[in-house]
Amino acid sequence: MSVDEKTVRRVARLARIKVADSELPRLAGELNVILNFVEQLNEVNVDNVMPLTSVVEVDMRLRADVVTDGGYAKAVTQSAAASEDDFFMVPKVVE
Amino acid sequence: MTLTALTIAQARAKLQAREISAMELTEAYISAIEKAKTLNAYVAETPEQARAMAKVSDVKLAKGEGGALEGIPLGIKDLFATKGVHTQACSHILDGFKPGYESTVTQNLWDAGAVMLGKLNMDEFAMGSSNETSYYGGVTNPWRRHNSNKSLVPGGSSGGSATAVSAHICAAATATDTGGSIRQPAAFTGTVGIKPTYGRVSRWGTVAFASSLDQAGPITRDVRDAAIMLKAMASVDLKDTTSIDLPVPDYEKAIGKSIKGLRIGIPKEYRAEGLAPEINALWERGAQMLKEQGAEIVEISLPHTKYALPAYYIVAPAEASSNLARYDGVRYGLRIPGDDLIDTYEKTRAAGFGREVQRRVMVGTYVLSAGYYDAYYVKAQKVRTLIKRDFDEAWSKVDVVLTPATPSAAFAPGEITDPVQMYLNDIFTVTVNMAGLPGIAVPSGLSSEGLPLGLQLIGKPFDEETLFQTAAVIEQAAGTFTAKNWWA
Repeated sequence: MSVDEKTVRRVARLARIKVADSELPRLAGELNVILNFVEQLNEVNVDNVMPLTSVVEVDMRLRADVVTDGGYAKAVTQSAAASEDDFFMVPKVVE
Repeated sequence: MTLTALTIAQARAKLQAREISAMELTEAYISAIEKAKTLNAYVAETPEQARAMAKVSDVKLAKGEGGALEGIPLGIKDLFATKGVHTQACSHILDGFKPGYESTVTQNLWDAGAVMLGKLNMDEFAMGSSNETSYYGGVTNPWRRHNSNKSLVPGGSSGGSATAVSAHICAAATATDTGGSIRQPAAFTGTVGIKPTYGRVSRWGTVAFASSLDQAGPITRDVRDAAIMLKAMASVDLKDTTSIDLPVPDYEKAIGKSIKGLRIGIPKEYRAEGLAPEINALWERGAQMLKEQGAEIVEISLPHTKYALPAYYIVAPAEASSNLARYDGVRYGLRIPGDDLIDTYEKTRAAGFGREVQRRVMVGTYVLSAGYYDAYYVKAQKVRTLIKRDFDEAWSKVDVVLTPATPSAAFAPGEITDPVQMYLNDIFTVTVNMAGLPGIAVPSGLSSEGLPLGLQLIGKPFDEETLFQTAAVIEQAAGTFTAKNWWA
């Protein structure tokens, strides 16, 4: 499978990365090199093989569904580019 | 006596005997770091914090108290969250990020009495094999070819960690390994690096790249130091549901144990076409070293080896694209204002991520997108099951597997520009991550050009002890390797 410039534009949009039109041919080329490389997997027969979900066989640890930590709104929002009253500030989303 | 030349084990003995103080040792490292700026190993130095920690250590040591690493100065890869200190995964997008919390690994180290010297350079978000993708620039390998003053890369992604340990500007360093990022740079710099079994070390507070593959471990000057460091880093952590509830053994006890009767597997598939004769010779010498100490050499087959790297380049970018979705210009670091929220995301991520990271996020986004998920991601996870099955079968015949660590010695910056060519650096290490197994790189000789070369030992899940036991035998036979100091 190989990707064309239109697909690259769509993927960039999904990945939320701004890509200039002039960059599309280069990116398509680079992605195709990688996608061609992974094509080798088509040689492998995976009939009746389960996908690996955990590298070590263990039961998922469970705990009571209660709050055990938290309450640091200030510590969390201090890393933001813009915050006010312990809220993250973003450009206006609703007119 | 040069204090910075001491291994952890040697420094520990002198600190406990009060022959040296933690402050003297720390000052020696701070001054060595000052003189080694040209290597670009550190991206943030914390001398004041180091002195404060050393002071506390000296009080404890004077009372005959203190932890397993009391007063030992360490470098920390920039991927580990350190409270109030530069933590940016060497990415532009995390500009100015100083977390309000500490990673479990670093907390374990501080609890054991270690001293923090600063944060170490790395490939951006641990994506790279040469440290060239760092926003803070490349790192220089302390090693150079015979009769050459040309700079070489230290490998990646833990390039700063490997260089700092090799150049004696920290006693040991933390590192992480998703496809070979501990073992490849260790091999390139003549240092020891171990990636433990997935789940042995908590991932909590470590910036995530590919969550099903990421695992932290140490880079050290010798095998004993790696055992000391891993014991301190490993823990059972309720904050990481993938951390396994098993006691952490005293790994140091495995060193010096006889390997008589141990079965060493040599996987024939690793003798891939184009394996450099020098690497093949090193591998044979390594097997000979183990045989001379009574081990039995057994040829084995790991038939799906060649598919590990292509499967990795689906799984790792897929998980990365998901993990890196959080860098949106809202919650951390860099923000490039746009016309609206989406435009802000897109501009921030275009400016904040380097080329390699963008490439991988886009590959990951593509393979996870509607209509492609089964063909790529699910298929790759199935191939992973087959890779793991190869090893499961091998363990009925052998106790440990011996392979080369890397296909070559260190190369020059700019020498490899094709991404797939760069990925091939991980060809011997990546299977280990795909199967979740422990692997150690141990320096085993020098190339004809005078550069360090390493061998890799792969173990059964949670059998790090056999890796230390076997690696110590190789080290005993091959010796340790120290770069000539040309930078200070």
